[in-house]
Amino acid sequence: MGNVFQIILNGLSQGGVYALIALGYTMVYGIAKMLNFAHGDLIMVGGYTVYITFGLMGFPLIAIIFAVVFCTILGICVEKFAYKPLRGASPLAVLITAIGVSYLLQSLAFLIFKSNPRMIDLFPGLSTNQKTIITLVTALVVMAALTLFINFTRIGKAMRAVSEDKGASQLMGINSNMIISITFAIGSALAAIAGAFYLLKTPAVTYTMGSMPGIKAFTAAVIGGIGSIPGAMVGGLLLGLIEEICSSIPGLSSYTIAIEFGILIIILLVRPSGILGKKRREKV
Amino acid sequence: MDTSNPNESYFTAIRRRFKLKNYLVYIFFIVFLLIASPLSIAGALKTSTQILFEQIGYTIIGVISLSLVVGFLGELSLGHAAFMSIGAFIGMYFQKTCLSSLHDVSPLLSLIISMIVGGLVAGVCGIIIGLPALRLKGDYLAIVTLAFGEIVKILFQQIPIFGGAIGFNNRGYKYDSTYLFIIIFIVALLSIVLVKNLIKSKHGRAIKSIRDNEIAAKAMGVNVTYYKLLVFVISAVLAGVAGVLYGASKNQIDATTFNYNYSINNMLVMVVIGGMGNIHGSIVSAIVVTFLNVKLQVIFEGDKAAIKNIIYAVILIVIVVYNNAPSLRSFREKYNLRKLFTFLKKKIKRMIFKNIDEKKEKEKEEEDIKEFSGDWSKIPTKIEMDEIVSTGLDVGSPHDEQEGGK
Repeated sequence: MGNVFQIILNGLSQGGVYALIALGYTMVYGIAKMLNFAHGDLIMVGGYTVYITFGLMGFPLIAIIFAVVFCTILGICVEKFAYKPLRGASPLAVLITAIGVSYLLQSLAFLIFKSNPRMIDLFPGLSTNQKTIITLVTALVVMAALTLFINFTRIGKAMRAVSEDKGASQLMGINSNMIISITFAIGSALAAIAGAFYLLKTPAVTYTMGSMPGIKAFTAAVIGGIGSIPGAMVGGLLLGLIEEICSSIPGLSSYTIAIEFGILIIILLVRPSGILGKKRREKV
Repeated sequence: MDTSNPNESYFTAIRRRFKLKNYLVYIFFIVFLLIASPLSIAGALKTSTQILFEQIGYTIIGVISLSLVVGFLGELSLGHAAFMSIGAFIGMYFQKTCLSSLHDVSPLLSLIISMIVGGLVAGVCGIIIGLPALRLKGDYLAIVTLAFGEIVKILFQQIPIFGGAIGFNNRGYKYDSTYLFIIIFIVALLSIVLVKNLIKSKHGRAIKSIRDNEIAAKAMGVNVTYYKLLVFVISAVLAGVAGVLYGASKNQIDATTFNYNYSINNMLVMVVIGGMGNIHGSIVSAIVVTFLNVKLQVIFEGDKAAIKNIIYAVILIVIVVYNNAPSLRSFREKYNLRKLFTFLKKKIKRMIFKNIDEKKEKEKEEEDIKEFSGDWSKIPTKIEMDEIVSTGLDVGSPHDEQEGGK
């Protein structure tokens, strides 16, 4: 029984990390209507920033704050230089640019830090279980704060308006460019937090560490219904649970990733709008 | 202009429509084969050159297969390396288990049969993946194919008959590199013929209409799902064939070769550099980039390979932003390579032939422009045009209307 409880706890904690990343995907998708392929690599940038600042100063909290600030700035810059010129262009062009940015970030990290993984232990004194609980609690707190922010602040309201109808919200006096930048900033900050806590379970910082959780988080966002914020949270937690359950069954453990992506394909086939997503009719 | 002269005979009509530049690529391939194959058979080519040719050959097939999806259908696939991987593993496994006696008699025939098998299996996988993904709009195909690529990689790494984590041992079934590149280039030539004729046909126009405006195409009676699936499957088959040829050129096939980076590095970058929706460009960039990759490997060895990747990434971003940014439209029209080329061509022609018929020249130029009007990045479609003109609030562009959320 204790084993089952352990699996659920691990799954929820890992799922919390995925949910944080998935939130970034889903918010950007909801507001800018683009798939930010480089989002996963912001996790990697966050991981390296944590690694460096933690190595310099030794305080985990300061390292995480540093990573959040750095990733936020990077996210805004990427949006300004790569995505903003393409607003209104074909989605294919935006997608390829995003892939280019992701590739650029990975190659830069590879150039600077080389290919060998950097090991890091943010909370050396704590046991694995304590780390798991810290991750889960942080993820839940951040998600709650984000929900409050989206629902009860002026900027949150503006974000909802822009995602509903960009043209109309502009006519209501909302600066949609600024809102898109803010969305990217929040998404990047969440990615940085997720990167730091991802390192608690998988303590190796490598230049490709972001791509796998990135794709998994996208899967989570699709499962929950892309564009929907509660959907991303539910999808993330669900995916974490599925992953943990799969990897605890001996025969299945090496197929975990294949199973997760198989679920993605099935969800897209059966219910493309996800668990909590709204179905929208296409207008000409 | 085409139906102007009823007295014109069939052959003169063909001759009038014949344009050398449409056939240049075939001529290039045939000339290359005529020069290189006797040299190779006579033993005048180094093995490294032969391997380079092999690499260029299967890369060309892979790139035009992706170019079909990205450039002509307007969808993005990030798992084309997976189709290559399926082709390589299935084709070579089939050859090793079912065709070993045939392989002893005629390696060429057994390679051709395994090419067909590998291509067909890749095509079936293309149907399985394409059917769910292509019914959806937007970026789903990209992410589903990415996921598919990972699944394929893991499966080939885990299944023991494919060699597990070590990779598939193809020793003894590697094709003689004296002849292999000739076969690869013949297959590449055939696939170019296939793709170019597909694009020129009625089906090709339907495919391009989907790319330019899916809703308008639907309204014109184009069966969108059918054509999307058709293109995707053809492309998967081509990639599978490229994979079989890759497999035939190696002693050891490793599933991790065909990862996400392969799809980007050896396929997408080349398609974008060559120009989306331009088969000739894709072929040229496949040749040039593969050549540079091989030559630069010596300079950027080990960890320095990142520099090369950074350059590719920057080129990718710059090209796409430059070609697609709405705010750069007027700048693009003022300065582009095509204009420069026509200008230079004119200058050179003037230098060679002193007295050119001005009128004829102008007519020809107009024809060139007409031919070029298929460029989708510059000309707004009807619906986009309406959107620009109207100020309606509820008229989003067709891409905007996906499941938005809260």
